[in-house]
Amino acid sequence: MAMTASRGAWGRGVAVLGVLAVLALAALLPFALQDVFHQRIAALVLLAAISASAWNLIGGYAGQVSIGHAVFFGVGAYSALLGYTLFEWPPIAGAPFGILISLVFATIIGLPTFRLRGHYFSMATIAAAELVRILVVNWPLVGGAVGLMGPAVPRSTLDLSFTSPRPYYWTFLGTLTALLLVTHWMSRSRMGFYLRAIKGQERAARSLGVPVQRYKYYALLLSAGFTSLAGSLYALMVGFVDPDSGFGILISVRMVIITALGGVGTLFGPLAGAVILVPLEEWTNATFGGAGTGITYVVYGFVIMLISRFAPGGLAELWRRLQAAGRRHAA
Amino acid sequence: MILAQLVLNGLLVGAVYALFSSGLTLIWGMMNVVNFAHGDFVMLAMYVAFFAATLLGWGPAAFVPVAAMALFLLGVLVYLMLVRHVMRGPMLAQILSTFGLALVLRYAALWAFSANFVSLPEDLTGQVVTLGGLRFEPSRVLAGIAALLVTLGLHLLLTRTALGSRLLAVAEDRTAAMLVGIRPDPMQALAWGIGAACTGIAGGLIALFFYVAPSVGESLVLIAFVVVCLGGFGSVPGALVAGLAIGVIESLSAFWVGAAFKDVVVYALFLGALWFRPQGLLGKA
Repeated sequence: MAMTASRGAWGRGVAVLGVLAVLALAALLPFALQDVFHQRIAALVLLAAISASAWNLIGGYAGQVSIGHAVFFGVGAYSALLGYTLFEWPPIAGAPFGILISLVFATIIGLPTFRLRGHYFSMATIAAAELVRILVVNWPLVGGAVGLMGPAVPRSTLDLSFTSPRPYYWTFLGTLTALLLVTHWMSRSRMGFYLRAIKGQERAARSLGVPVQRYKYYALLLSAGFTSLAGSLYALMVGFVDPDSGFGILISVRMVIITALGGVGTLFGPLAGAVILVPLEEWTNATFGGAGTGITYVVYGFVIMLISRFAPGGLAELWRRLQAAGRRHAA
Repeated sequence: MILAQLVLNGLLVGAVYALFSSGLTLIWGMMNVVNFAHGDFVMLAMYVAFFAATLLGWGPAAFVPVAAMALFLLGVLVYLMLVRHVMRGPMLAQILSTFGLALVLRYAALWAFSANFVSLPEDLTGQVVTLGGLRFEPSRVLAGIAALLVTLGLHLLLTRTALGSRLLAVAEDRTAAMLVGIRPDPMQALAWGIGAACTGIAGGLIALFFYVAPSVGESLVLIAFVVVCLGGFGSVPGALVAGLAIGVIESLSAFWVGAAFKDVVVYALFLGALWFRPQGLLGKA
């Protein structure tokens, strides 16, 4: 008994050291990448990993497949730039308001949709997101169909507007680390067990006394807050948002695809998915002439069809299968 | 008078909504799988109609059946190659598989046909007739009546024929159907074929009076969801009533609230209906 306990503590120590080493390497990566193009892609990978990891909280751990998370992303992005447009605030000052509004939206959206299961929840979230998008397109105060711009020239350091992608990279790395720590803590806590029970068999979980609605709400609120933050960070880096890049259905779909590719409901799945999909996206855009031709989304479509057909657990499942095959081979 | 005109136009469009939604409700009711690419099926059929009319000079009597057959084949293929393999898998795989298909169809169409809005020649179906103060556009009237007849035909097929009984038997209880000697797999493939053929006919008809673009599937699929949810999952008569109602509501809200907000009204109604009656307005609890 004592042996296993000490081995467990030892193993955990090794794991913590390993994670710290990887984190240090990740922090040093921008120095290894000399040209701005690659640094920018590295920053975009982390940004995509943040929003996908945020989606993973409700879509992966709780098993509620939302295809409407662009609502929270868009609210975050718009809040950052709306504060600037209306009151000349630095964009980052809008982020807390974005999170607040997203939490309110999540509460409202949860009311009708959490009574639904499976496909019904997905469809309802699509409808809710499209509803908000159409309202934004037709609302002149928030820029209508044109969208919002950030400060063209940084007025002070508070604007957090940099020419190099490096500062963004480190900001995103810090945010992602915080989010993954929260996710890890959550999955080990009572909440993590409740969510797994809800995902497995909601009716059974309810009959065993799991407060299903409450914990779904907790997961959605946590997820919405971080998705909104990702939206604000996006606006900070890109300095521009319009209804499609903020509230478009493809923004929601991207979070789902990245997570599904890496492994739904796993800690590092979204990051792994982003590391593969974001460079692939940049490559198809560069090769086939911009996002306007739509080839990128044809690739997306094929990727998720193949995942759902052959490996619904994503890369995480393939990895486990590979390990199992290796063990059989060794034995 | 304008109110009567709006209701008439709404009913005629609503009949087409009812038709493609019947295809969705059939698939859904039979195997509890949602086709997220349903709107993009309609979009493909609209392009079949567009190219048949502009390149070959065909009329609706020729291109609507061709679109129906093309989409029937697509539906069977999608079932055999994709849906059959994921329908017993996790929920996420079911949702993502047809969602991925929707992305592929929508953006392949964008790549192949460009984002431009196109439409069929105006003179395809003849002159506008004014009767008792109401304007009858022949394209809309033809589309509405044909859609209504096909939807009723589908209902009769399901309820009055041996084939329909076999389809419904599989929908009701797969295992029991197998026990009496019905193989579920061909029946489910057939349901996908028929469901997709409904989008083929509806797409050919709607193209008579609606613009054609790769993005139309996006709002049409949501309309189909709304209709199916309101009408009850698996119910063709329910889809008919709900489709006509949604057509009228859209037409009236475009007039009263503004054309830009007609979808907002429909989606809000959808969310409200899901809240109060998650099993559908006409569905059984």
